[in-house]
Amino acid sequence: MGTCLDIKIKRANKVYHAGEVLSGVVVISGKDSIQHQGVSLTVEGSVNLQLSAKSVGVFEAFYNSVKPIQIINSTIEMVKPGKFPSGKTEIPFEFPLHVKGNKVLYETYHGVFVNIQYTLRCDMRRSLLAKDVTKTCEFIVHSAPQKGKLTPSPVDFTITPETLQNVRERALLPKFLIRGHLSSTSCVITQPLTGELLVESSEAAIKSIELQLVRVETCGCAEGYARDATEIQNIQIADGDVCRSLSVPIYMVFPRLFTCPTLETTNFKVDLESVHITCHASLRF
Amino acid sequence: MPFPGGELVSEKSILCDMNLFCLGKATATSAMSEKVRTRLEELDDFEEGSQKELLNLTQQDYVNRIEELNQSLKDAWASDQKVKALKIVIQGKLVYERIFSMCVDNRSVLPDHFSPENVNDTAKETCLNWFFKIASIRELIPRFYVEASILKCNKFLSKTGISECLPRLTCMIRGIGDPLVSVYARAYLCRVGMEVAPHLKESLNKNFFDFLLTFKQIHGDTVQNQLVVQGVELPSYLPLYSPAMDWIFQCISYHAPEALLTEMMERCKKLGNNALLLNSVMSAFRAEFIATRSMDFIGMIKECDESGFPKHLLFRSLGLNLALADPPEGDRLQILNEAWKVITKLKNPQDYVNCAEVWVEYTCKHFTKREVNTVLADVIKHMTPDRAFEDSYPQLQSIIKKVIAHFHDFSVLFSVEKFLPFLDMFQKESVRVEVCKCIMEVFIKHQQEPTKDPVILNALLHVCKTMHDSVNALTLEDEKRMLAYLINGFIKMVSFGRDFEQQLSFYVEARSMFCNLEPVLVQLIHSVNRLAMETRKVMKGNHSRKTAAFVRACVAYCFITIPSLVGIFTRLNLYLHSGQVALANQCLSQADAFFKAAISLIPEVPKMINIDGKMRPSESFLLEFLCNFFSTLLIVPDHPEHGVLFLVRELLNVIQDYTWEDNSDDKIRIYTCVLHLLSAMSQETYLYHIDKVDSNDSLYGGDTKFLAENNKLCETVMAQILEHLKTLAKDEALKRQSSLGLSFFNSILAHGDLRNNRLNQLSVNLWHLAQRHGCADTRTMVKTLEYIKKRSKHPDMGHLTELALRLPLQTRT
Repeated sequence: MGTCLDIKIKRANKVYHAGEVLSGVVVISGKDSIQHQGVSLTVEGSVNLQLSAKSVGVFEAFYNSVKPIQIINSTIEMVKPGKFPSGKTEIPFEFPLHVKGNKVLYETYHGVFVNIQYTLRCDMRRSLLAKDVTKTCEFIVHSAPQKGKLTPSPVDFTITPETLQNVRERALLPKFLIRGHLSSTSCVITQPLTGELLVESSEAAIKSIELQLVRVETCGCAEGYARDATEIQNIQIADGDVCRSLSVPIYMVFPRLFTCPTLETTNFKVDLESVHITCHASLRF
Repeated sequence: MPFPGGELVSEKSILCDMNLFCLGKATATSAMSEKVRTRLEELDDFEEGSQKELLNLTQQDYVNRIEELNQSLKDAWASDQKVKALKIVIQGKLVYERIFSMCVDNRSVLPDHFSPENVNDTAKETCLNWFFKIASIRELIPRFYVEASILKCNKFLSKTGISECLPRLTCMIRGIGDPLVSVYARAYLCRVGMEVAPHLKESLNKNFFDFLLTFKQIHGDTVQNQLVVQGVELPSYLPLYSPAMDWIFQCISYHAPEALLTEMMERCKKLGNNALLLNSVMSAFRAEFIATRSMDFIGMIKECDESGFPKHLLFRSLGLNLALADPPEGDRLQILNEAWKVITKLKNPQDYVNCAEVWVEYTCKHFTKREVNTVLADVIKHMTPDRAFEDSYPQLQSIIKKVIAHFHDFSVLFSVEKFLPFLDMFQKESVRVEVCKCIMEVFIKHQQEPTKDPVILNALLHVCKTMHDSVNALTLEDEKRMLAYLINGFIKMVSFGRDFEQQLSFYVEARSMFCNLEPVLVQLIHSVNRLAMETRKVMKGNHSRKTAAFVRACVAYCFITIPSLVGIFTRLNLYLHSGQVALANQCLSQADAFFKAAISLIPEVPKMINIDGKMRPSESFLLEFLCNFFSTLLIVPDHPEHGVLFLVRELLNVIQDYTWEDNSDDKIRIYTCVLHLLSAMSQETYLYHIDKVDSNDSLYGGDTKFLAENNKLCETVMAQILEHLKTLAKDEALKRQSSLGLSFFNSILAHGDLRNNRLNQLSVNLWHLAQRHGCADTRTMVKTLEYIKKRSKHPDMGHLTELALRLPLQTRT
């Protein structure tokens, strides 16, 4: 390719907050001089909702995607039609991240049914004979840190065969007693989830203890609301038959992009809801 | 790393492998290799999915495979397939270096002790990305290892990162259920911790105490069931823990205060004196700490459960400490008794010898030959049945080395009754020779005084004979030289004092024993010659009938030994040397025999000889030998039955017949030397004499017939020289002609009587010859002339003035 278009965002981590100025450079490079019909830069931000097959049926889910909600969309003309000299040309740009009206810049989030994405697109229009050149680049929006100190709300839990809900024959279960606590039920997204877990007793040899992070996405649609819980990540905190009465740490870092602070709007809702503890055990007689 | 245990470092390659954590360093049982196979197949799967036949896989194969993977990892990393690389093995170092290199821009290089502020955003972001990726690894063990391996990268992000991360990782290991897997995880973390942040001792201790908390698991149902399934016995399973435990213990105890060590020991004790813990304490803690508490440890070892960790390993560990540090004086004997009581009961010869080997050091260090003898006897008793010694040569060798390292006095050493029977256990020749070499090395190093102790002589002759007998056609030169050096060292240290006959008969015996090693024979000849000279010295030159006979015996010894040597110059020099000794001892006919032998040997000197593996021309050596020979011939009296100057004539004939190098002047150089000899012989009194030997000067007393013979010889030799000078009158040889002419001139000047007209004329001719073609060095000529003028001022040298006038200097124009 003779012509090369690239967008370089100033911040290495590409993270911006509402109200900040998104800045960077567009780099155009080529061996020969480049004739063009103008270069423009577009910032787009939208929420894409996908209905789950579970709640509306396969076909609807496929066709009836809810229209994307636009959060931000603005274009600026960077360069008027003309010619770039051969070699490298850098054009700096700045975009204040403001939204019109009462719209809110939600945090970037990649979920299953809800997607919030922000992109920066640079278009170089060219004459009929040459193809237009486009380059897109995602940037990440974080909502401003919450004001005020978060008061930790620790919680203790106990798991025994009796506390399990979805069990058919309770009698068949081996006896066990697991206790533990979480440092806080509501967490700051940048901080890991911490806690402890202690196997007091277990008749069966434990194979694995896992921590499951689940999100709940709710989409509004014609028939009402569709609510879906999906796994984000699953982390093993114990492998094999752990030592009894010795606390095992619970520790999970929230993955970037796939999580966001609990969010509630008229059309959709994202909750990072629960942590499930799974315990695989085998009974040996 | 400041602490010992290189062996453990190599364990890393195993530890790094995410899919393998159950394997310690020890034996590969069949059950283990089953496990190994499935793991290897897993590893293969994400490579090329090759289905290898992995039956009968040994531990070594496995390690090799891991090494291979390690290499392919590095390749993959280099070729940008970083995720694949990460899949194979964890290499935190590579990640660290990559991020570090990102911090380096064109201008500045990050200092070694950088702070996070110096790190640029891109590097930080990349680093953070690594940590996020790792945090989302589902499985606990791989997540732990990968994170531990890039622990150092925390430095890029924050100052406190490492100190926060280490305790968290330490806690994380609690989630690993298998105690063997978890102990190796702890060892790895300690290793990384010591490397990255050696000052953070807290985590080390926490690892230790956490480990103690989980210790009971080993005897729990899960592990026990697993062992039954895999068919592994407890005594072979438990030692698998040792390398990792030793490592952890060593990290903690390194430079640790006494109080901490005591606390650790107390904590271990609380867990019912478990042998496994005890063993690691003994292998990791300072030897002094252990040694001073030896009796406590013996007590603890005794209390240990018989069925679990093998006791001989415990005694071995204790023994290793006692070899390094000394226990309290009062306890020493009791320690030995207690320990040996257990060791001697060991049934398996391998276990036994491994233990005994260690304890021999302690025994030698603190006790007398009596105790050592007992120990050696016990070893023999254990190792002889079923030829068990055959499998334990290295240990037995090490025992011998320890014993001889402590008993420098060989008379004491050989009075240890079981020492020689112990040597008999080394029945494989190569090992036997090695052991003999060790003994001889120590002997040569430590024996100060010559000895005639029959015990030492007998034993060492036996040892040397063993070494000598190992020599065969395939033995390397170096090896032979080494053996000969050792045997010679022994021969030199044998002395019977004034009992010369005994000494000679020792040399006779030695000759018959060591006939295959030439350097030894040479040494023997020198020794015998020395013996003859010693005798002469004792008798102050006047031999009695008895000593004369003895000296002749010595001479005969040399005469019959020399022909068995191979080296031609060795033989020539020894003939000359022995001839001189014979002459000094007034054995005239024997001396003649030596010289005749030497003369008849000269035609055999080859053109080229092998010196240190390189072929070199032999002429310069021959020249040197002959000059030496001439000096001796001056004082050799003529044999009454042979003609005048019989030996000189014979030698001249040999020189004449020898095929000399075509374009070499060596023959003429020799002839010039002969002229010097003849000139010296025609003096009234010779320059030097041998005491009590009448040389030709006193034999003939300047007899005219003798002088005439001498002159005739001179003339013949000079004719030869002139003949040769004539042949050099060719363009390419003019330079040689000039220098040879000048040297002949100088010889005449120094040795000739220039009042003789013919000689005078000859010298003038030679002077001209030297200068004729402008080849002569003017400065040399000027100096020579000045010398002649100076000499002419001496009394009786007036005739030189006239000569000087006849020697013109040619200017080069």
